[in-house]
Amino acid sequence: MTRHSRVLGVLGAIALATSFTACGGSGSSSSGNSNGGGGGGGTSALKAPMQDAKLPSKIGAGEGKLNLIAWEGYAQPQWVKPFEKQSGCKVSAKYAGSSSEMVSLMKDGGGGQYDLVSASGDADLRLIYSGDVRPVNVKLLPQWKNLQPFLKSPDFNTIDGKHYGISYEFGPNVLLYNTKTFSKAPTSWSAIYDKKYSGKVTVPNNPIQIADAALYLSKSKPNLGIKDPYELNQKQFNAAVSLLKKQRPLIKKYWDLASQEINLFQSNATVVGAAWPYQTNTLRAAKVPVSDTIPKEGATGWADTWMLASKAPHPNCAYKWINWVSTPKVQAQQAIYFGETPANKLACPEMDKIAKGSCAQYHANEPASYFDSIKFWKTPLPQCGNGKNDCVPFAKWQNAWTQITG
Amino acid sequence: MTTQQAPSRGRVAATLWRRPWLRGLLTLSPPLLWFLVIYFVSLVVMLITAFWSVNPLTNALQHTWSLDNFRQIFTGTYLSIIGRTILLAAVVTITDIVIAFPIAFYMARVAGPRARSILFTLSVLPLWASYLARVYAWIVILQKGGALSWTTQKLGLGPVDIGYTNIAMWIVFSYIWLPYMITPIFGALERIPDSYLEASSDLGARGRRTLRHVILPLALPGVAAGSIFTFSLTLGDFITPILIGGTGSSFIGNVIYSNIGVAGNLPFAAALSVVPIVIMIVYLVGARAVGAFEDVT
Repeated sequence: MTRHSRVLGVLGAIALATSFTACGGSGSSSSGNSNGGGGGGGTSALKAPMQDAKLPSKIGAGEGKLNLIAWEGYAQPQWVKPFEKQSGCKVSAKYAGSSSEMVSLMKDGGGGQYDLVSASGDADLRLIYSGDVRPVNVKLLPQWKNLQPFLKSPDFNTIDGKHYGISYEFGPNVLLYNTKTFSKAPTSWSAIYDKKYSGKVTVPNNPIQIADAALYLSKSKPNLGIKDPYELNQKQFNAAVSLLKKQRPLIKKYWDLASQEINLFQSNATVVGAAWPYQTNTLRAAKVPVSDTIPKEGATGWADTWMLASKAPHPNCAYKWINWVSTPKVQAQQAIYFGETPANKLACPEMDKIAKGSCAQYHANEPASYFDSIKFWKTPLPQCGNGKNDCVPFAKWQNAWTQITG
Repeated sequence: MTTQQAPSRGRVAATLWRRPWLRGLLTLSPPLLWFLVIYFVSLVVMLITAFWSVNPLTNALQHTWSLDNFRQIFTGTYLSIIGRTILLAAVVTITDIVIAFPIAFYMARVAGPRARSILFTLSVLPLWASYLARVYAWIVILQKGGALSWTTQKLGLGPVDIGYTNIAMWIVFSYIWLPYMITPIFGALERIPDSYLEASSDLGARGRRTLRHVILPLALPGVAAGSIFTFSLTLGDFITPILIGGTGSSFIGNVIYSNIGVAGNLPFAAALSVVPIVIMIVYLVGARAVGAFEDVT
């Protein structure tokens, strides 16, 4: 989920579709009950530069302005206009094309220019450990208590009990399959590694796909000892890469845009693949016989967080914005507009009000066990949970992915 | 006021008149500055970045010199991607020359003025439509069950499924860059004086011989100029491989793009960007040798 959209004017038209591609959520909320905060083992030895920043005790009068860095589609007029009217904060949004772009825009605490960033999990830790974002006071954010429990203090945005922003929207990477080929739902990710479907498989063109392979291996080859698909030592990493190299002949296309996967399933060129619920819903609306599932190994997923810049010039407007976009109605509008799942658990009825059945389509009403099976994206760092520094960092993932797909 | 300014203005004019080099410098310095600062310096900065690395935790640039990025380029995967990019750019260029030459020849030497202007408009007309729209149109044509497959099936040849392959990329690139080849060849052919052809025929050369020994050598600069467009445009493209390519269709541009957009590894992307620059320098030197930059008049 690298949301690589907007690179050039030329790509403008496909920008929205691409921005789906990305959203890396981080945070191996490995057991779902990561409520107590506390950074994941290895990284806890690191110190977040802004961890002792003073928290405001109340939200003051708005400063009249608010500058956001956001994914395209995250500052739509339907919820920005009412906010401006009600708060008096004039919103300007700068759309970023990728997590890396977000990180570089947020350099030096947002440079005294930007207030908030809708960062995905694969950017969160980078922002926190470079001191570009500061903790927020969740007592001033009444909707926080209504968030899905696993998103209140996930370890990708909450460290040592400090919340560096609050969770916004999320989504799983599901196993999409053609119901004509699969008379019953596949129960394992082995379907996308199965020679039976040679030339009829599609997976995202993204190095984080290595984590999907690692997730599958963590169950199918337990002796590798993979605990967290984003923290892999060289041996585990090599096993995942070699699995993906074996998978390559089976692949019809590594998709970059959600629309490509939709096209592939529509024309029956592929029958099974990794996807987002958005594709499933779009294909079903087009009467294509498909369904999706989270197999027994679980799934990877993304989660976005509104994070406060450490040099935010309009902090009061920023708090007001976070409160506004956390309300069930805006959460529902955002979820349906972008094709993802709201963090606020009260958003479900609002979603059905906008589009009947959308709450169930986007799994907003699933039980905790469903969400617990999602391993949210985070940037692979050399520091891993075992306290050693022997994990493979993301730059190497990119290199390996080029070797697999190139 | 005028009395004060007039002498000083006169003095400036006189100084400039006496020193022509100063005049030249003043005229040239704005474009020169633009060229140096915006174009050249940014290239140099990129080159320098190629020797740095990124911090694996914060993704910040680490200003330590190393050749690792370049060393990494010379490994199997990247070499095969570079090779594929060059090969496809070359094949597309040859395809375009083969298709464009007869069209340009007809336009320049056979068609009447009216037909010529109609043909010329038609050949550049695709450039008025968005690049993306044209690429997407090809997806519809080439994909499984698409227009091409439908046609071959109706003709009893069976279904064709070449969507998302390197063959599809070859077809789409050749189509998209064709106008850039037709135009310069047309220009070169149009400039050949009729008297040359008459002289050739007077000396007893038949059509084929005239083509080989008179027209082709004179058209060569146009072909070379057109090939610079088709070759460099294909070499630098990364959108068509995303949209039309399948597995094993990555171009240099795609690897650069994902190293910036996905991995945030600017130094490696910068190092890889040097590759097409070097390729193009070599190509331009070659094109100059065959006279692509001559006889612009």
